[in-house]
Amino acid sequence: MSFTFSRRHLIATAGAVLASVTLPKSALALSETKAKSMVDQLVGQINRVIDSGKSESAMYRDFEGIFRSYADTSYIAAYALGVDGRRATSSQKRAFTEAFTGYIARKYGKRFREFIGGRLEVEDVRQIKNFLEVRTTAYLRGESPFEVAFHVSDRTGKELFFNIYIEGVNMLLTERTEIGSLLDKRKGNIDQLISDLKTIG
Amino acid sequence: MDLSLRPLLVAALLGATGFLAGCATPTPEQKASREIFDPYESTNRSIHGFNVGLDKVLLRPAAKGYVAIVPPPMVDSFNYFAENLSMPGQMVDSLLQGKPKQAGIALARFVINSTVGFAGLSDPASNFEIPKVDTDFGETLHSWGLGEGAYIELPLYGPSTSRDAIGLLVDFVLNPLDYAKNQPVDNLGLYAQAVKRLGDRGRYSDAVDAILYESADSYAQARTIYMQNRRFKLEGDTPDLYITPDEISTEGF
Repeated sequence: MSFTFSRRHLIATAGAVLASVTLPKSALALSETKAKSMVDQLVGQINRVIDSGKSESAMYRDFEGIFRSYADTSYIAAYALGVDGRRATSSQKRAFTEAFTGYIARKYGKRFREFIGGRLEVEDVRQIKNFLEVRTTAYLRGESPFEVAFHVSDRTGKELFFNIYIEGVNMLLTERTEIGSLLDKRKGNIDQLISDLKTIG
Repeated sequence: MDLSLRPLLVAALLGATGFLAGCATPTPEQKASREIFDPYESTNRSIHGFNVGLDKVLLRPAAKGYVAIVPPPMVDSFNYFAENLSMPGQMVDSLLQGKPKQAGIALARFVINSTVGFAGLSDPASNFEIPKVDTDFGETLHSWGLGEGAYIELPLYGPSTSRDAIGLLVDFVLNPLDYAKNQPVDNLGLYAQAVKRLGDRGRYSDAVDAILYESADSYAQARTIYMQNRRFKLEGDTPDLYITPDEISTEGF
């Protein structure tokens, strides 16, 4: 079966989510050189975490902190929940974002090990509609290089990434599909979904 | 008795594509929305169940054993070998797509790797910085303007579309190597592909497992990831279709 496309997507997402953490606060005025050195710095950080010999749960905690600081978690969570978000109460929405953030951190954090020896290089930054795309190339051990793009906006008043594209596969759409499936399995019960998301991934 | 795999596989693929070809086609609205057109979902899901079952009892354990026993450089060699055997077919596809340069690259790779590269077991062409070629007849049909049609999951093979399934069949039947005289083994390319798949399944085991066994609905995950990746491969960047940061309200989140 040709399921190999998925592996690339997953490991790249793990690396990419991590890489994005070093996007500087002034991403909109980002210079390529600056961004590149940031990403290089990040890859060093990832490798340090991996080499630290920390337990997996400690690694997920590190990653979760990184994700919380640099990702537009509200937007990613809202998009993943999709139309089902319309019937959610305010407290359900808040709890969902919280649980979802942990789920994402664990899910992609799991792929840390496959990123050992890899690196991301920033290629360019371009404006698309109302956001910025920072394109990078991922070089992973034993793989042909491939493109990873971070989509960054200042919607919240701060530059944060709200989506990642790896060879055309984007996090928002993929996670909307997965959250939709999880919700279907729970007959649409949002509270059940929130409580289960705390351990899934 | 000349028992070749070829007619059997052709028949199976014809069966699979035959009932699809000319059947449901997406409406213009559906095409514009970019939603995945999946009118055969229940059939697809049955096939997916079969594929996952097969993976569980046979492919996954075999692949794990294969990469555990066979040293990684040898797994790489078999992959190069399979890739090299597909180059003449990819050369033809490149020509049919009106890409003579890419056809030349495919030919150069085949010539170099078949000779200097020990019958394709290594990849000196890459050391000479000759770019990789990765195309198929599905892409040829795309370049001729044929739409992707319906999503289908093929037995043994996995995610595809009605257009790409036809492409697969054509690539299989028209592989120029099979028409060469003095073939050492019938269907060599096919066996090589099977070994390559086994190696890929073993090397990327954790990631494949995550999709097949850890997602809430492995059918839906495989479908969305395949379609996003396939469209990107054929159409390249499509910034007009990117999700913008204002498509959904974040109020309360």
